[in-house]
Amino acid sequence: MNEERIPLSVLAPGEVGVVRQLAGGRGFMSRLAALGFTLGVEVTMVQNFGRGPLIVLVRDTRVALGRGEAAKVLVGRTTNG
Amino acid sequence: MDNDQIQDSKSKIQSPKSKIRNQITVALAGQPNVGKSTVFNLLTGLSQHVGNWPGKTIEQKTGTYNYNGTKVRIVDLPGTYSLTANSLEERIARDYIIKERPDVVVAIVDAAALERNLYLVAELLSLPAPVVLGLNMMDVAEQQGMHIEPHVLEAALGLPVVPMVATKNQGVRELVEAVDRVSQGEGTYAPSRPEIREDHRMVLAELQRLIAGAVPAPYPEDWVALKLLEGDEEITSMMQERLDEACWQEVHAILMQHEDAILAVAGGRYEWIGRMIRAAVARPRVGQITLTERLDRWATHPFWGLLILLGMLGLIFWLTYTIGAPLQELLDTYLVQAGAEWVRSALNGAPAWLVGFLADGVIGGAGMVITFLPILVIFFTALGLLEDVGYMARAAYVMDRFMHLMGLHGKSFLPLFLGFGCNVPAVMGARVVEGERARLLTILVAPLVPCTARMAVVAVLAPIFFGPHAALVSGGLVGLSLVMLAIIGIALHELVLGGEHVAFIMELPLYHLPNARTICLSVWQRLVAFLKKAGSIILVVSVVVWALSVLPGGEIESSYLAAIGRLLGPLGALMGLGWQMMVALLTSFVAKENTIATLGVLYSTGEEGARLAEALSGVLTPAAALAFLAVQMLFIPCVATVATVRQETASWRWTAFSVALLLVVSFAVGIAIYQGAMLVGWGV
Repeated sequence: MNEERIPLSVLAPGEVGVVRQLAGGRGFMSRLAALGFTLGVEVTMVQNFGRGPLIVLVRDTRVALGRGEAAKVLVGRTTNG
Repeated sequence: MDNDQIQDSKSKIQSPKSKIRNQITVALAGQPNVGKSTVFNLLTGLSQHVGNWPGKTIEQKTGTYNYNGTKVRIVDLPGTYSLTANSLEERIARDYIIKERPDVVVAIVDAAALERNLYLVAELLSLPAPVVLGLNMMDVAEQQGMHIEPHVLEAALGLPVVPMVATKNQGVRELVEAVDRVSQGEGTYAPSRPEIREDHRMVLAELQRLIAGAVPAPYPEDWVALKLLEGDEEITSMMQERLDEACWQEVHAILMQHEDAILAVAGGRYEWIGRMIRAAVARPRVGQITLTERLDRWATHPFWGLLILLGMLGLIFWLTYTIGAPLQELLDTYLVQAGAEWVRSALNGAPAWLVGFLADGVIGGAGMVITFLPILVIFFTALGLLEDVGYMARAAYVMDRFMHLMGLHGKSFLPLFLGFGCNVPAVMGARVVEGERARLLTILVAPLVPCTARMAVVAVLAPIFFGPHAALVSGGLVGLSLVMLAIIGIALHELVLGGEHVAFIMELPLYHLPNARTICLSVWQRLVAFLKKAGSIILVVSVVVWALSVLPGGEIESSYLAAIGRLLGPLGALMGLGWQMMVALLTSFVAKENTIATLGVLYSTGEEGARLAEALSGVLTPAAALAFLAVQMLFIPCVATVATVRQETASWRWTAFSVALLLVVSFAVGIAIYQGAMLVGWGV
């Protein structure tokens, strides 16, 4: 098992990532934290058309994120091998 | 409601234990979309008072109820996800609790998203007021397959937990009782409080040691230390002022070293939440597809979502024109015009100025307010319904990529779109936009959306000036308005509001059935706000403009208004416009339709229709006519909109800014069009 660290914005719908890092200012981190994004939390991609904003599921809440915002959330995608 | 027992507390024998209290204050807190306003409405009914937080653009609702001889005053705090100084709403909510010290804080949480909702509770518990938890939407949680044991949660949290379904009026009585008990100090109130993640405890302790004794009242010291570590700007600058230089340097060094400490603080809170709900919440791990998921496949789709949105907007405008417009005409004919007629006949023989003052000035102004009502009711109902159902967030999501280009948030789209009907609900609808700057920006650009009244003026004048090309010109004018809206939106965003990038992070709440009571109350409150605040300004301004148009001689041609128009002559000359056209613009301030009436009075010799067309087509070159129409599209909006801007921004400065901005922009565009046309030799 090893973990690949990627921006949340590249997850495909249905894929699950674990938040490893929030890159951005304190205000940004604080807003995300209040909506449930903290280190170690599981995020499921719900809608991602490859451009424009996207929708994720985190702590039972559907959250819409701009693509730029989602790119600042680094997640671990667990792969076998 | 059954707890509305208005009793005289003196006539009741107080038990020796209870304090003698006549009034307590309860603050109602909660994240957005948890049904907080439904709970507030159930508790207070029509005893509500809606205003603004002092000096802020954010709405403040207060109300009262009586319980066991105690008058309970409820203050509805803005819905916020946390209590960091990220937004004005958050600052208002926490300042209220810290500085006003309510007797009890009621936190309403959504049982179906309990984990995230308890984050706010975790923050509330570090403030100096006892908390009662209203566990709302228990029915939704059950539908989602979650089973929650309120008693287990109550035992873990160490504070009263009341299960509720506010939309079905369940649990409200129990909530009122719990508030009463806590406010009297009955029962055990020993809340468990979250701690910062273990790896940051030493740092927090060090900060607490450094700031000890320097924290101004009434802020709690440990809370200030935590907020410093979270990077809270307001608290950081407060402590920078309070601490001596050497001490601040030490604090600052620690903060710089731990820039991501917010993650430790937030992580600590979620660890605590995990411990609190572990025993209380049971949920089967099933991947069932919910209604929200199924609806969102369509509603948030980049293509179908847009179509759905356009369909809804089409429906709203269809309703406006099939129901609203005829009602408006009926009101105008049978109430306003009939009223004016009645005044004229009743005052037969009275001085002409008095009859004119009452019939044209007062009834004209009041009538304008009244004829606005049907359209406002339709728009406010549509807005309230879409908000309550949960669709508003989807519309914002679908439109965000377009609005973003103008520095606006996706949520600004719906209110701005309503502006095509009328600018007044557009300005009032800006309340749905989160963040004070984004809301202000929406209010400032809203008057640039061409409303039906402006379009009506164009519809009359364009054929007179441009004959067969009228449709092309009208379309071009709408396009011009929208381009100016985009340019001014971008410019204001950059220059005035600091160019701060508004991060698009938005909860998409679960869809739910609309609650008629909530929607009706929101429509009612907005109407009252419009009538009370805007209504009086409209009345005063229309009387003043009427007076200027008849004083001193009784004829508009020799009036003060005409004198002002002549003063503006040199400005008009730059656009090829005579003073009459400037007067027409000035009177359009009362109502856009006045433009045509004024031109009729000033140009024709008393006869209607064809004569006006004849007279007008002779006095203006095509270039000047185009400039005039452009100015009239971009000119300051009608007084109703300006009054609403004042009401919503709670600031005369921003209102004056808005008016000045539109004056400058409209004349600049008018001059540019006329002079440009002269340069290329078109239409002269």
